[in-house]
Amino acid sequence: MATAARKAPAKSKSRSDGKSAGLSAPKPVDFTKQEELDAYRRMLLIRRFEEKAGQLYGMGFIGGFCHLYIGQEAVVTGMKMALVDGDQMITAYRDHGHMLAMELSPRGVMAELTGRRGGLSRGKGGSMHMFSKEKHFYGGHGIVGAQVSLGTGLAFANRYRGNNNVTLTYFGDGAANQGQVYESFNMASLWKLPVIYIIENNRYAMGTSVSRSSAETDFSHRGASFKIPGIQVDGMDVRAVKAAGDLATEWCRAGKGPLILEMQTYRYRGHSMSDPAKYRSKEEVQKMRSERDPIEQVKARLIEKKWADEDELKAVDKEVRDIVADAAEFAQNDAEPDPSELWTDIVL
Amino acid sequence: MPIEILMPALSPTMEEGNVSKWLKNEGDKVVAGDVIAEIETDKATMEIEAVDEGTLAKIVVPAGTEGVKVNALIAVLAIDGEDIDKAGEGVGEEEPAKAETAAPPPAAAKSEAAAPVAAAPRTEIAADPDIPAGTEMVSTTVREALRDAMAEEMRRDGDVFVMGEEVAEYQGAYKITQGLLQEFGPRRVVDTPITEHGFAGVGVGAAMAGLKPIVEFMTFNFAMQAIDQIINSAAKTLYMSGGQMGAPIVFRGPNGAAARVAAQHSQCYAAWYSHIPGLKVVMPYTAADAKGLLKAAIRDPNPIIFLENEILYGHSFDVPKMDDFVLPIGKARIHKSGKDVTIVSFGIGMTYAIKAEAELRGMGIDAEIIDLRTIRPLDFDTIIASVKKTNRLVVVEEGFPQNSVGDHIANQVSQRAFDFLDAPVITIAGKDVPMPYAANLEKLALPNVGEVVEAVKAVTYR
Repeated sequence: MATAARKAPAKSKSRSDGKSAGLSAPKPVDFTKQEELDAYRRMLLIRRFEEKAGQLYGMGFIGGFCHLYIGQEAVVTGMKMALVDGDQMITAYRDHGHMLAMELSPRGVMAELTGRRGGLSRGKGGSMHMFSKEKHFYGGHGIVGAQVSLGTGLAFANRYRGNNNVTLTYFGDGAANQGQVYESFNMASLWKLPVIYIIENNRYAMGTSVSRSSAETDFSHRGASFKIPGIQVDGMDVRAVKAAGDLATEWCRAGKGPLILEMQTYRYRGHSMSDPAKYRSKEEVQKMRSERDPIEQVKARLIEKKWADEDELKAVDKEVRDIVADAAEFAQNDAEPDPSELWTDIVL
Repeated sequence: MPIEILMPALSPTMEEGNVSKWLKNEGDKVVAGDVIAEIETDKATMEIEAVDEGTLAKIVVPAGTEGVKVNALIAVLAIDGEDIDKAGEGVGEEEPAKAETAAPPPAAAKSEAAAPVAAAPRTEIAADPDIPAGTEMVSTTVREALRDAMAEEMRRDGDVFVMGEEVAEYQGAYKITQGLLQEFGPRRVVDTPITEHGFAGVGVGAAMAGLKPIVEFMTFNFAMQAIDQIINSAAKTLYMSGGQMGAPIVFRGPNGAAARVAAQHSQCYAAWYSHIPGLKVVMPYTAADAKGLLKAAIRDPNPIIFLENEILYGHSFDVPKMDDFVLPIGKARIHKSGKDVTIVSFGIGMTYAIKAEAELRGMGIDAEIIDLRTIRPLDFDTIIASVKKTNRLVVVEEGFPQNSVGDHIANQVSQRAFDFLDAPVITIAGKDVPMPYAANLEKLALPNVGEVVEAVKAVTYR
């Protein structure tokens, strides 16, 4: 298992390898050149998109709450690389990265952030509430933990239909203490539902560190009472995430029921735009950025293996920046929703 | 082009802030992610990071400046290859003035606040279907009618399934799902653990994926554990998704007071759920309405709250024997025509209204009884047409009195038909107390026939 973001590796290891089905995190498998470039581009798109969103928030184009995903890009990117068509994803409110990973249009996401008619929810959902049936993205939920039961329901529908698709249900270390998470675990295990619970442990539930909020800080064990095996994964290494994703999707498709993946990750920015982040040191953030950055890791490998040089990577950056600039341009200039939209989509 | 660094908004409500410290000097190189300054808001001191790579060409607003408006220019960044002096040229001198008059956030500037807001659209609701002459009427309990409705819809549509506590093996805590497991099997009749919050969410998730769950709550009192999923997930998703995705789901089960089960098990949720846009709330009284409306609810693409009553489960009513008896949601039913006074009720409240009407007839008062059947959307057309005829209105329900269904009706009638009223509207509700256990106290806490009779006498000045 790749390490680094771990607090108590020895303890975790012995228990991860333990009883629940004898699962341990698969070794990261080296990516092909194409996979590395693909991961680099996908993660960079999220990074640049979020930076732009932060900027537009600062300029007053985006209102309300805005939770940025910067630092956690490898989690959604690696998991997406393990999916097949029809697999579903659902998450909470830090959702821009998940949507971009599921290939929702950057213009549509950004215009939703600015509350414009071209937004994915026509300006009626905002940062925390976006959906795409077409891309199998089921939100975007603002109530911490609610998406876990909903995601379990999506998996119920897959099993009901016998379609062999799996549901990625994302939640954070904070949501992992909500009661309905465990109600869902119980049913998912009882009914062998094809759901992968991905706990994005970024170490802080808003301003409360894991050690201050959680009696059991090894989240891969949170399914123990429900016989759901779990694995701790280096969520800063996209290859480790992809390997865990491959294992988990295979597990679910084989009808073995749910699985928990604890992604050990880190968010660089505050909980939301208005968070001064006084609960952690600058050094801690800086250390993660300089030593563990998911994008820099891929970049270093690409250069080391001579699969790309600085100029080629700059060109990718330019291409990504152009996509983001176009999305921002659209989102700033698109019209606000027509007033008649106030009264549409309440009931069918 | 040099990049302008503007005073950022750092919270949903921030309008101005103080530039407390610059961490980079003019001429310093910065890369994306570098902290360049500290901004003090009313809540906290926040850091601003550079978004682009370049050289800090000019600091326009010096450290220590207070009350800098959001979006005011505070610094200029020269990007690769640009002349720093040139990039900073011409900015700064007039800047204090500019800072004062910084443009409001662009979103606000573009808002169409003055545009008239469209009114809530009216939707026409179909009348009840015609029952052909000679149709056989079968005496049926509400319990059987509900079961028949579910069974018929499950035969008709493979996406319909039932889940809840004791719905399968046990055949239903109140035997509403009797026989369903035998006919449809455990895939479609699903026993859940005792886990209302969780299975309500699982139901909504399945509905978002396109299935049509019927979620049975053993009683709606337990649904309070699940109310977040009902309101925040089921009712709001269609709107929040701009119409892309909704939840075609029925939440059903007994609601309101049963007999001697005390405060935690005796509460009517009609008013609670009727408060929520995005939900439809149905509360039938007769077996025919229970059947026709439950079938409609299962077919409806919206989340439906279907409120039953334990005491009514065993009551028998005539149900037309038809292949597909479906009633419109949102349409009240005139239970009995009359000309002197309108009594509006719903669910078990109808039992008081009906008994009172018989007594009143003996006194020469010809009352009209309206059974709402649906609480949301509420059929004001039928109520107001009746009030225009009788000029008097009494509303009867078992729920608590404050912000009750009756309160809402009284308010709307006073706004829409004030000139037709010959007396104040009287609303009869349960007493404003938790339901007591003792038999005598429980009786006192509920409405009674005498109260209805007295209210009608009052509004008819008898």
